[in-house]
Amino acid sequence: MTNPVRLLASVLVLAVLAVPLAGCGRDDDGVRAITVFGAASLTDALTELGHAFEAANPDVRIEFSFAGSSSLREQILAGAPADVFASANEENMDLLVEVGAVRTPVDIASNRLAIVVPDGNPAGVRSLDDFADSSYLVGLCAVEVPCGDFARQAFARAGVEPAPDTEEPDVRSLLTKVAAGDLDAGIVYETDVRTADATVDGIEIPAAENVVVTYPIAVVTGSGDVTLAEEFVAFILSPEGFGILRRLGFGSP
Amino acid sequence: MPLLVAAATGVAFLLVPFLALAQRAPWSDLPSLLRDPIVSDALRLSVVSATLATLVACAVGIPLAWVLARSDLPGRSVVRAMVTLPMVLPPVVGGAALLFAFGRRGLVGGPLYDGTGFLLPFSIWGVVAANTFVALPFLVLTVESGLRAADPRFEDAAATLGASRWTILRRVTLPNVMPSLVAGAVLCWARALGEFGATVTFAGNLQGRTQTMPLAVFLALESDREAAIALSLVLIAVSLVVLVPLRDRWWGR
Repeated sequence: MTNPVRLLASVLVLAVLAVPLAGCGRDDDGVRAITVFGAASLTDALTELGHAFEAANPDVRIEFSFAGSSSLREQILAGAPADVFASANEENMDLLVEVGAVRTPVDIASNRLAIVVPDGNPAGVRSLDDFADSSYLVGLCAVEVPCGDFARQAFARAGVEPAPDTEEPDVRSLLTKVAAGDLDAGIVYETDVRTADATVDGIEIPAAENVVVTYPIAVVTGSGDVTLAEEFVAFILSPEGFGILRRLGFGSP
Repeated sequence: MPLLVAAATGVAFLLVPFLALAQRAPWSDLPSLLRDPIVSDALRLSVVSATLATLVACAVGIPLAWVLARSDLPGRSVVRAMVTLPMVLPPVVGGAALLFAFGRRGLVGGPLYDGTGFLLPFSIWGVVAANTFVALPFLVLTVESGLRAADPRFEDAAATLGASRWTILRRVTLPNVMPSLVAGAVLCWARALGEFGATVTFAGNLQGRTQTMPLAVFLALESDREAAIALSLVLIAVSLVVLVPLRDRWWGR
């Protein structure tokens, strides 16, 4: 048997040696990279936009960090190395604009809310009213994150007092619980329903009760490569970029 | 001397983040922040669920530790590895696995729900289950190493004197390993108190029902950093109140 101390030591040495490999040694080969901080609900859209942009610019790498917009805002305020920030609501972007952490934002797309139910709608949920009925297991996003805030605006418009069984910390975890059949229904974005098409169905929320969400994007002031960051934003606003967004179910800004 | 420097570095590394947290704390607003019912609800739920999880962990974990330490069952090392898995697994994955097992359409949860209507997720029992899943290994491994260090000849002697297995466990084995038992239970409780990932994934998040302190802290971070820090201070204070008096009992035999 190997001496456990020696084994542990060699593991540690290997781990230390691996650190430089994990870091980015990319600059040596002349490849430029930017990091995009994106709202969770833009995960698929931004990833695809990034791939398309990389395909058109072989010497460019777009890296992503996806999370709730408010977490990302906090990270940028704390000096996280972001080059571009795409938020799921105006509020988080405005806060960063106020303190000069980002340059002037532009809207890239819009979205609306929808009721999401598991494939085939086994519980037979029909409208926002059913969210007040305690015989259904329903979930919302927590009010602290944009999808939860918007959902409550929709309920206020519909005059319904929802009784959720859970308030999920982000829209994706809510979607996952509905898709797995652990919840009868939830309120997510229309684009989320489309993404999870195979496992969920969507129920439209009437325009009078629905909320239109716009996604602003901005170059972070402290970006190490403002030119590239601006090029990526311009690409998203181009017809090709918007084509990708539209295909994923987003509306025009 | 180098030993002391290393030890001091270790302490500083652990202590500085807490000092930084305390320095950012909104001390003057603390009383009003803590009077929010969100805090009392979350604190009550955290303490109750961590305590219940520790009791469940003791009920199944002590016999498990005994089997691992004393018996010579063929698959023992495999069982021990399985017991360690929740420590290695990202808690969010643990939560997802719990859903696959005990969710409404889960392996066990599905038939259970169809038969009895009982559902673990979205209830305090879901929180207890998630806590137990993540914290059980801490108890089992600590008690097992205590049992290994204890002299089995006392048990043998008791057996030759005609004591039953149950009497031996109660009168000889457990008193012998009391320090590791206490240490294991405290570690288990502390781990359960801080549990986040498995809880939010499996049990959901609803104030008063499933929202424990870590969940409340996470969501407060999204909207109100000062409230999040205040909540964290409460969590730290509660942990210290339990951990400090017990500390000497573990190691200072």
